[in-house]
Amino acid sequence: MIELKGVRKSYGSFEVLKGISASVEKGEVVCIIGPSGSGKSTILRCINGLESYNSGDILVEGQRVDRDARSIISIRTQVSMVFQRFNLFPHRTVLENVIEGPVFVKKEPRREAIERARLLLAQVGLAEKADAYPPQLSGGQQQRVAIARALAMQPKAILFDEPTSALDPELVGEVLGVMRKLADDGMTMVVVTHEMGFAKEVADRVLFIDGGVIVEQGPSKDVLNQPQHARTQDFLRRVLHPL
Amino acid sequence: MQAFLRDAAEFLPILLEGVRLTILVTIGSLILSTLLGLVWAMMRVSSIKAISQTSAGIINVIRGIPIIVQLFYIYFVMPDLGVSLTALQAAIIGLGIAYSAYQAENFRAGIEAIDKGQIEAAQSIGMGWWMTMRRVVLPQAVRLVLPPYGNTMIMMLKDSSQASTITVAELALQGKLIASSTFKNTSVFTLVALLYLVMSIPLILFVRHFEKKGSRP
Repeated sequence: MIELKGVRKSYGSFEVLKGISASVEKGEVVCIIGPSGSGKSTILRCINGLESYNSGDILVEGQRVDRDARSIISIRTQVSMVFQRFNLFPHRTVLENVIEGPVFVKKEPRREAIERARLLLAQVGLAEKADAYPPQLSGGQQQRVAIARALAMQPKAILFDEPTSALDPELVGEVLGVMRKLADDGMTMVVVTHEMGFAKEVADRVLFIDGGVIVEQGPSKDVLNQPQHARTQDFLRRVLHPL
Repeated sequence: MQAFLRDAAEFLPILLEGVRLTILVTIGSLILSTLLGLVWAMMRVSSIKAISQTSAGIINVIRGIPIIVQLFYIYFVMPDLGVSLTALQAAIIGLGIAYSAYQAENFRAGIEAIDKGQIEAAQSIGMGWWMTMRRVVLPQAVRLVLPPYGNTMIMMLKDSSQASTITVAELALQGKLIASSTFKNTSVFTLVALLYLVMSIPLILFVRHFEKKGSRP
């Protein structure tokens, strides 16, 4: 359902993505791992048109992603995004954050949207926080609200951009737990992460990116347990045994 | 003191006529400058270079010309170009345009202070540019912008006296007219000053209210 073909992108003279080709099937969970600055987040941001790319094609359900075309709106309502720093709207309550997209972008009746939002908040374990404002919540709670906000769009896939990197270590588990539940329910997910445990247990496939190219990819257990490429081995060694 | 009170009773009705015009000019130009300022500010933050530079140019031209010259231009020069305005209209338009530049810079600062992540989050749920502004950026920017906006209101109230230079008989000009015909300078200008102060107090309280509110999380 998501397809990248020879995607290249440069910031000025620096080429971040040097021809990325990959695809994500419906219901698949794909983790993107790699050193910082390797272009992992850029891939996600190109998929829903937060950034443009210079050449190649990105297709979502057969529709080409072009951030300057009107079609980008419909692509964004089909592919939700969860950000590293949550990016909840601080001037609106938790419930209002969740219904914002359905009511104002998709023009759903408010009552239906609220009903579904309450179910989603219960699903991420925050039913009682519906009327709180985001700054009153912990990071883990905020990120779970952000996931509920993404789900409220009833997307076909969700992109996660380092969803636990801004969290205190003891809050990481509650967010990963929600994500695992989503994966079990069959949601299509692309996750940029440094959580190797999550990648190993939940992901169907792992892409290892370094220097703007896919160095290695395959079933998560293969890539993470028996990496073939020297750069993957080196990266995993440093991540798993930092001392 | 008794003499002052007697003068006050005599002059206040005329001065209150001036107060009415002062308020009219202030409110009219406040509304105009706010609307224009919003337009300049939104153009200024546009990612399209031609638009943001046009706006920067307009702001600099307006900022670079004294208010009084802008008023003269609108009241005395525009009729030569076929546009005749009453003194009151010219005052409101002139002050409105002159202040729109300062409003725009204030609004722009507020808009640019909003975290880029907010805009990305709005886009990621499918909002277009205008909806992102209306639902996400502006409501948050308003809170940042209100205290300086209150200060601008106070300055506009006082600068409305410049309308006297194009014959709008607002408070300052009324005072000058009475003083020069009665020679009671002390009484008249004390009254004028007090009236400006009284009008400023609600605005000062407004600023203080929002500064307190703004400092809360």
